[in-house]
Amino acid sequence: MLQGISFTLSAGGMLLLRGRNGAGKSTLLRALAGLTPLAAGDLLWAGEPALRDLPSHAARIAWLGHLDAVKPALTVAEHVAKDALNPVGLEKFAALPARFLSAGQKRRLAIARVAASGRKLWLLDEPTTGLDAASVQRFAALCTAHREAGGMIIASTHTPLDLPEMQVLEL
Amino acid sequence: MIALIARELKLSLRHGADTVAALLFFIIAGTLFAFAVGPSPAVLAGIAAGVVWVCALLAALLPLDRLFGADFEDGTLDLLLLSGLPAYEVAFAKTMVHWLTTGLPLLLIAAPLAVMLRLPDEKIPLLLLSLVPGTMILSLLGSMAAAVSLGARRAAVLMPLITLPLVIPALIFGAAAVTSAHPAAPLYMLGAMLAAALPLAPLGAGIALRAAAE
Repeated sequence: MLQGISFTLSAGGMLLLRGRNGAGKSTLLRALAGLTPLAAGDLLWAGEPALRDLPSHAARIAWLGHLDAVKPALTVAEHVAKDALNPVGLEKFAALPARFLSAGQKRRLAIARVAASGRKLWLLDEPTTGLDAASVQRFAALCTAHREAGGMIIASTHTPLDLPEMQVLEL
Repeated sequence: MIALIARELKLSLRHGADTVAALLFFIIAGTLFAFAVGPSPAVLAGIAAGVVWVCALLAALLPLDRLFGADFEDGTLDLLLLSGLPAYEVAFAKTMVHWLTTGLPLLLIAAPLAVMLRLPDEKIPLLLLSLVPGTMILSLLGSMAAAVSLGARRAAVLMPLITLPLVIPALIFGAAAVTSAHPAAPLYMLGAMLAAALPLAPLGAGIALRAAAE
């Protein structure tokens, strides 16, 4: 059970969730997405309760969970538009069925899907799991571009990220 | 929702083995009945409609445990629930795809199976007519059961135990539509059941999907 959680995030902001395993980072992210109902309290979006209309709230969110949601039978390009593959370095695998991707490549594909979503709020649960150093840098660049465009990011990660002006919430 | 249906259809066609397995089960199970009761045309004709209906019901159940199960296991269910579509629309789209990839093919091969089971020629159109709403009802109720049993440890066992009792009325009226001297009434009943299941089953499945995602 999480209690006493309170934060404000402005356009272009990023909140990093930190805490030991089992501290509730994933639970908080799922609650913010509307996947897990809140027992008490509320999430406000521009001053309005956000979770009362879940489909509308969902339309603001790009979600990256623990699992990559990659379908082995589909090709890489069938998961996300080809243009979105360049920033994560998967463009040469566009025609490849996703079952041939490594774990890190599947994670990059999932990140590409988030970046291509065009949605305002990114909710990312351990987004850098399985990524090498170069891929972490690419991910950080995508986060910066999203924030510069006015987007917001809430992420849980144990990987140090070289990103400016991040809020940190310890759970 | 159209995009979701198209994507799910594409995925189902790539996993064509599920459809083929259901069709093979349908044919083999129907053939077993013929072996069990003997070659007498009169006996076979008497049970043909019921056998085709029962085999269709059991065959349609086969792919149901993967209908939401695969999405639940690989994280796609979260994305579907966050797609901006209401959960019942997600459930309805998946149900449509189940019918298109299982119910419709079963419908298409029901006639040859019925001929093999010596169902009189004049009864075959009635059988197919009853199976149109019948297979749709099976998909709707089966999808709801698949959603309800999602995440359960014995989902593959639980799902048919939920579905089978629910489809007994459809089975009764479906078989009666073929064997009765007055087929209109059972067909109307099937239509009424479909009209009830069409909005209610996806609603129930949507609620169950949200509960499973929690």
